Amino acid sequence: MSFELFLQYLTNGISLGSLYALIAIGYTMVYGILKLINFAHGEIFMMSLYFGFYGVSVFSMPWYISFIVAIGMTALLGMMVERAAYKPLRESPRITIMVSAIGVSFFLQNLAIVLFGGRPKAFPNVRLLTEVMQIGSVSFQRLTMIIPIVTVVLLFALLYLVNNTKTGMAMRAVSKDHETARLMGVDVNRTITITFGIGSILAAIGGIMWGAKFPQIAPFMGVMPGLKCFIAAVVGGIGNITGAIIGGFILGIGEIMLIAFLPNLTGYRDAFAFILLIAILLFRPTGIMGEKISEKV
Amino acid sequence: MLKIEDLKVAYGGIQALKGINLEVEEGKIVALIGANGAGKSTTLRSIVGLVKPYSGSITYHGEDLSKIKTKDMVRKGITLVPEGRRVFGNLTVLENLKIGAFYRKDEKEIKKDLEWIYTLFPRLKERTWQQAGTLSGGEQQMLAVGRALMSRPKLLMMDEPSLGLAPLIVKEIFNIIQQIHKEGVTILLIEQNANVSLKVAHQAYVMETGKITLQGTGKELLTNEDVKKAYLGESVHG
Ligand SMILES: Nc1ncnc2c1ncn2[C@@H]1O[C@H](COP(=O)(O)OP(=O)(O)OP(=O)(O)O)[C@@H](O)[C@H]1O
Ligand SMILES: [Mg+2]
Repeated sequence: MSFELFLQYLTNGISLGSLYALIAIGYTMVYGILKLINFAHGEIFMMSLYFGFYGVSVFSMPWYISFIVAIGMTALLGMMVERAAYKPLRESPRITIMVSAIGVSFFLQNLAIVLFGGRPKAFPNVRLLTEVMQIGSVSFQRLTMIIPIVTVVLLFALLYLVNNTKTGMAMRAVSKDHETARLMGVDVNRTITITFGIGSILAAIGGIMWGAKFPQIAPFMGVMPGLKCFIAAVVGGIGNITGAIIGGFILGIGEIMLIAFLPNLTGYRDAFAFILLIAILLFRPTGIMGEKISEKV
Repeated sequence: MLKIEDLKVAYGGIQALKGINLEVEEGKIVALIGANGAGKSTTLRSIVGLVKPYSGSITYHGEDLSKIKTKDMVRKGITLVPEGRRVFGNLTVLENLKIGAFYRKDEKEIKKDLEWIYTLFPRLKERTWQQAGTLSGGEQQMLAVGRALMSRPKLLMMDEPSLGLAPLIVKEIFNIIQQIHKEGVTILLIEQNANVSLKVAHQAYVMETGKITLQGTGKELLTNEDVKKAYLGESVHG
C-alpha cells in the first residue's frame, strides 16, 4: 500500500473514530451517573439526523440554522426520554430501567417510521462541508478534517466542564452517591437531566457530521452505530469519559484499517467491534481506563 | 429547635421506630445512644427526608420538615454526617470540602471557612489534592465532618463519627465536636461510644429496638446503673 493511500485510510479512520467518540460519551456519562446502559442513545442519534434533514429539506431553513435547531431538539428529546422513561423508575431495580431503555429504543425506531416513513432519505448536502480538497497527492472531503477538529474542541470543552466547574463536580458526586449528593444540597434530578442533555448534544453533533459524511438516513440507522459506540464505551472503561474517547478512536481507526489491510474481510467490518468487545471482556473486563475501585468502608 | 413527636417508621413490614419523642434545644449537644439496630440512623435519616415515616411529626423551628426535600435541608441549616463517612472517593479532598458548600454563593466566606477547616484538620490540608477514596478511615471521617461544616450548619447531626477509629483520633474528633459547638452549632450526635459521648452531651437519649427507653442529662445517664451495664461496661466509671 502506498503511503498516500495509507494516509487516506488513516484520516478516514480518525474521522470515523471521532464520530464514534462523540456518541460513545453519551453512553458512558449516563452509565456513570445512573448505572444504566441507555439503549435508546442510538435512536437519539438517529433522530438528530431527521431533525437536521427536516429543517433543511422541508422547512427550507439555512443549513446552519437547521443544524443548530436539530441539536437543540435532540437535547430536548434526550432529556424528555429521561424524565418520562427513567426518572419514574429511579428506585426500581436496574434491570427494570434497562428494559425501559430497550422499550424507548424500539419506540423511537417505530415513531421514526410513522413520522418520517420507512424509506431512506438523502441527508442535505452542504457543499461547504463535503467539497473535496487536495493536500499533496492525498485528496479528501473537507469533512474529514472538520470532524476531528470539531470533536477535539468539544472533548476539551466537555473535560473542562466535568473537571473544573461546579456542575461537573455535582455530576461526579452524583455518579458516586445520589443520597450523599442530596445531603450536600445537590439537585440530583437536575444534574441527571443535564447529563442526558450533554450526551444528546454530542450525539446530535456527531449525527449531523455523520449525515454529511454518509448522507443516507433511515429509522434503523441508529442501531449499528449505537451498538458500536456502546462497545467503544465498554472498551474504554464504561463510566470513564476519556476511556470512551479512546474506545471510539480505537474502534473507528481499527475498523478502517481492517478494510485497508485485509480488503477481503470488508464484509466483516461490523464484526470487528464485537470481536474487540469479546477480547476486552476476556482480558480486561474493566476496559482500558476502567479501574478497580477498592473502597474503604 | 428540633422536635420529634411520636415518630414511626417501618421498612416493609419491619417496625424500625415505634413512636419516638426527642427534642434538641438550640445551642446544646444532644447524644442518642443505643445498640446496633436500635433505630438511631433511621431517626437521623427521617429528619433529613431520606426515610419517609408513616406517622408522627418532625418540626424544625416550628416548621414541618416532611414538606422539605432532602436537597433543601442544608439550606435550612440542617446537615448530616452520614453513617460510614460517605465521602466522594472520586473527588479530591478539596472538592469534597467545596461540595459541602455547594448551595452557597459567598465565595469569599467559603474561602475563609476552608481555611478554618484546614486549621481544624491540618491533615486534610496536606492532602488537598488527594483523591478522597485513598484517604485512611480516620482521615475520611475528618473529611466527612469538614465537608459538613462547609455548609455552615446550624444543626449538625453526626452518625457514629467515631466508628472504627483509633482512641486517639476519637479524642481528636470529640475535641473538634466541642470546638464546633462553642462556635454556636447545635449538635445531635449518635454514638456507640457511650462513655465519651455522654461526657460531652448536655442532653442524652437511650434507644432500644425503636423506642426511647431513657433520657436525661449526659451526667445523669453516665451514672445510671442500667446504662452502665448495657453501654459502658464494668470497668468504666462515669
Ligand atoms: N433500608 C432498610 N431496609 C430494611 N430494614 C432496614 C433498613 N434500614 C434499617 N433497617 C432496619 O431497621 C432497624 C434500625 O436500623 P438503624 O440503621 O436505624 O439502626 P442503628 O441504631 O443505626 O444501628 P447501628 O448502630 O448498627 O448503626 C434495624 O433492624 C435494621 O435492620
Ligand atoms: Mg446506624
